[in-house]
Amino acid sequence: MKIIYTDNNATTKTADEVIEEMMPYFGELYGNPSSMHTFGDRVGKKITQARKHVADLINADPEEIVFTSCGTESDNAAVHAAISAFPQKKHLITSTVEHPAIKNLFAHLAKEKGYKVTFVPVDRQGRLNTNVLYDSMSDDTALISLMWANNETGVIFPIEQVAKRANEQKILFHTDAVQATGKIEIDVKKTGVDMLSLSGHKIHAPKGIGVLYVKKGLKFSPLLIGGHQEGGRRGGTENTAFIIGLGKACQLAKENLGVMNTRVKELRDYLESQLLEKISGTSVNGELDNRLPNTLSIGFDAVEGESILLLLDRDGICASSGSACTSGSLDPSHVLMAMEVPFKSAHGTIRFSLSHYNTQDEMDAIVRNLVPTIEKLRAMSPFWKDGKMV
Amino acid sequence: MWDYTDKVKEHFLHPRNVGEMKDANAIGETGSLNCGDALKLYLKVNENERIIEASFMTFGCASAVASSSALTEIIKGMTLDEAAKLTNDDISDYLGGLPKAKMHCSVMGQSALKKAIANFRGVQILEKPGQIVCECFDVTDLEIIDAVRANGLETTDDVTDYLKAGGGCGQCLDRIEQVIASAKVKG
Repeated sequence: MKIIYTDNNATTKTADEVIEEMMPYFGELYGNPSSMHTFGDRVGKKITQARKHVADLINADPEEIVFTSCGTESDNAAVHAAISAFPQKKHLITSTVEHPAIKNLFAHLAKEKGYKVTFVPVDRQGRLNTNVLYDSMSDDTALISLMWANNETGVIFPIEQVAKRANEQKILFHTDAVQATGKIEIDVKKTGVDMLSLSGHKIHAPKGIGVLYVKKGLKFSPLLIGGHQEGGRRGGTENTAFIIGLGKACQLAKENLGVMNTRVKELRDYLESQLLEKISGTSVNGELDNRLPNTLSIGFDAVEGESILLLLDRDGICASSGSACTSGSLDPSHVLMAMEVPFKSAHGTIRFSLSHYNTQDEMDAIVRNLVPTIEKLRAMSPFWKDGKMV
Repeated sequence: MWDYTDKVKEHFLHPRNVGEMKDANAIGETGSLNCGDALKLYLKVNENERIIEASFMTFGCASAVASSSALTEIIKGMTLDEAAKLTNDDISDYLGGLPKAKMHCSVMGQSALKKAIANFRGVQILEKPGQIVCECFDVTDLEIIDAVRANGLETTDDVTDYLKAGGGCGQCLDRIEQVIASAKVKG
């Protein structure tokens, strides 16, 4: 069965060009980039080039790029650096809709290390309540960490605006740009963020490689203490093949940014309008005109997400649900809960996240599956009768 | 991914006895939209208190649908006394087992059946006092406190062994720990 992959916010297909770029570095070009000999330096030069590609994608300088193992490590390293730089400051700020890498880390710091954490709320459209954020900023704040864009809804936070306020008050600002990278323009110089996390496998590089951008001049304490690699900011021999793959992926992401915001966005909008038109009792989650171009979070009244996913799966369609049902919890996701999406559609929320590999035919196949799928599930739902909620 | 048996998948894809029953003489409802799953069970019971027809409407995940479907198949032909003895394990066994985190789906079936039987017999089921701690097995804080005090339970494992609470998805284990602590303090 042909797979229709619309779960690109979970992970992406590793691009063929990326795999091709990586292959020699698993085999004949096994040198250590730190070695003095020409053989090792061949790899070193390639890593320098990869670092430049990454820097170009986010308008950073190459020496501001630190390679890590994943987005979660980048987030942990950023938070570690911030609280080490200001050990006397005991207040942290983030939002209620962060990825677990930040959400659970901040909860851990609150519980185990005595930090006071402000979780800034969002409104019904997933927009950040900047008033609460600004009011909570104080001399005791060690770090503000906000995701650039939300993984579930695609809603984009006002990073430039918040970073500016943070800079004015000399508070460190970190952004988790794992979902935003490669989908919208990221410019660290223009926005003035201090640190930024990104992840390779969300932009068609393989899993197991991430980046932390660290602004020049920032006082930085490494999470992994070891050798001099990454300018002393992350010990451990470089993951050469993966770094080189990520470099290629960043180069491609920059080239594809236009396609992402035209053709991919059109496909997303087409899928969205088709589903809204053909299935009643359907609503889109998140601020409509301020979302990632590839993301659609859509709720179907009176049905449950896991059931929908299973029926999509029968046709090889890959998507995600807005519930944590698979983990045993019956609650909708913390993002939908924070947005106060009504239960009637929160439980039946599905996230489709596209890439430039998707086609119009695939969107049509999703619509062809979903219309009877929702009908079938509503036919057995005690909350749906005669075409509406009861 | 879903760790479902073929039988669960089959009952989800082709559920038996779906739909509202207009001439039902016993109805049992459990769960709610807010909870994430709900089941409405319809029975037709004859003058000998035998279940001659059963149907259901379910909102929930695949295992909730499959458990409902299985329930209606199991109880058809049973007397109400026989049906009253049905446990959630019987539903789970019928389906070749359910993932641990989905055991509450079979509990939902058992609970709807109890309510339908009570409905037929005109008996009122009183809501349990206290707050639900374990959603999977429908166990309240007061039940845990009683069990802790009566049996000298110390750990969450003890509570799981006694009441099943915490033995499903495990989401409530922290809460159970708090309840154990509070039982000891106030005791």
